[in-house]
Amino acid sequence: MRGSKLELISIQSRRRVINSLAQIGALLTVFFGLFWLGWILMTLLQHGLPGISLKLFTHLTPPPGSPGGIINAIVGTFLIVMLATLLGTPVGILAGVYMAEYGQTGWLGPVTGFVNDILLSAPSIVLGLFVYETYVIWVGHFSGIAGSLALGLLVIPVVVRTTENMLKMVPNRLREAAAALGTPQWKIVTMITLRASRAGIITGILLAVARISGETAPLLFTALNNMFWSKLTQPTANLPVMIFDYAMSPYKDWHTLAWAGALLITMGVLGLNILARSFFKQKPLGR
Amino acid sequence: MTAMLPKPKIEVRNLDFFYGETRALKNISLDIPEFHVTAFIGPSGCGKSTLIRTFNKIYKIYPHQRATGRIIVDGVDILEDDSDLNKLRARVGMVFQQPTPFPMSIYNNIAFGVKLYEKLSKSGMDERVEWALHKAALWDEVKDVLHRSGYGLSGGQQQRLCIARAIAVKPEVLLLDEPASALDPISTARIENLVTELKKDYTIVIVTHNMQQAARVSDFTAYMYLGELIEFAGTELIFTRPSRKETEDYITGKFG
Repeated sequence: MRGSKLELISIQSRRRVINSLAQIGALLTVFFGLFWLGWILMTLLQHGLPGISLKLFTHLTPPPGSPGGIINAIVGTFLIVMLATLLGTPVGILAGVYMAEYGQTGWLGPVTGFVNDILLSAPSIVLGLFVYETYVIWVGHFSGIAGSLALGLLVIPVVVRTTENMLKMVPNRLREAAAALGTPQWKIVTMITLRASRAGIITGILLAVARISGETAPLLFTALNNMFWSKLTQPTANLPVMIFDYAMSPYKDWHTLAWAGALLITMGVLGLNILARSFFKQKPLGR
Repeated sequence: MTAMLPKPKIEVRNLDFFYGETRALKNISLDIPEFHVTAFIGPSGCGKSTLIRTFNKIYKIYPHQRATGRIIVDGVDILEDDSDLNKLRARVGMVFQQPTPFPMSIYNNIAFGVKLYEKLSKSGMDERVEWALHKAALWDEVKDVLHRSGYGLSGGQQQRLCIARAIAVKPEVLLLDEPASALDPISTARIENLVTELKKDYTIVIVTHNMQQAARVSDFTAYMYLGELIEFAGTELIFTRPSRKETEDYITGKFG
């Protein structure tokens, strides 16, 4: 008896030790990840903050050696991202609805899901090249619209996936209850299930916007850059490519502008993520 | 007993039901009498919910479920004809085990179904909503919060809201699939009173695993076991002098 009790104690203390070790290990990896993130943010603030000034938001991108701002790049990014979201979101929501509400039987649903996964993990530069091949060459020049097309292709798979997932979280009994009233399928989708999952879907859209806001590669072959104001039918200034161009340049004042732009874009994405989170929290799914 | 049965609203004949390959109902035949309450009892998995779900063909949502045989509602075999599924469901309403308010206001929860079938004026719709909520004994509790979300109500209130929603489209039959099993005793008593009240105007079928509930609210009771209808008779008869040994064992608690 006594022996087995001692044995039990030794087993328990051994488990305690293993537990603490695992906890310490997990904590260390958390700190490891946070450390780099913190470093990145620190560097960004350190180099970016000195460049932040009112001029940034009032002046166009300058030639090297003269003072200026990045207002055309800020507005350009805003417009390109907005158009991309407007183009990608409806397609994404409709495809997500198809997969969750109509495509459970048959082959089209699963195939769409598979293709969507490929699109989701496709390198963004490939999408940029695709739009370059199909649209830019056809039109004959770079343009903001081409940039929106490339970014829109990035929006679609994110929205498809979140829409599908959110709709699948709506309990089937809600669909049954609606069907039991004699509600036609399209009304069940538009008035019941989409409504019950709208907070989640909006969250997905916000995350997609955050995702594309900082994308550079797809814009290099599409929107390119512009030192001046431009319509979306022309090459359009935007923050990511501006940062890329200016950071690669040999001019000190351009470097400052690039850092300031990087800080702005990071803060914007951070803000979008926080917004998305709070949105999802305040409106939980219909039970 | 059979000779005393009132006019049947639903006649079930040789009904079989399949979940994929699994046969869940075996050759069921019975008559659901009009303007009475019929209860289905039996242990879990006996097929009572499966049976009630054939009366409005709600199982049709799921691709691998099918029914064979005949279910005759007002003289028409509903299994033969799939064209008017939504019309059938307008006549045969259903309330489920879990309360299922829609993600909208209390008012719109009720107006939603009505709008599918009728074009009412604003005042006409107001009247209908009030009427349905009165019928479901919920009006006094919600009359001041009609435009708040249905999710804010308690479980018992939500379930009465679902009953009001089903009544609002003026069906002829009301199917209740364990409507009180997720509720507390007080809410359960309310729902039971409601059932007794409603049978004046509706034909009611209720599935329950609570035998006392069946005894309290129903006029006729069907005892089912493993997909078969073991016995179907007047509720009093079933609970006092069941003719089958299996029924007696279940009712007296020797089994199940």
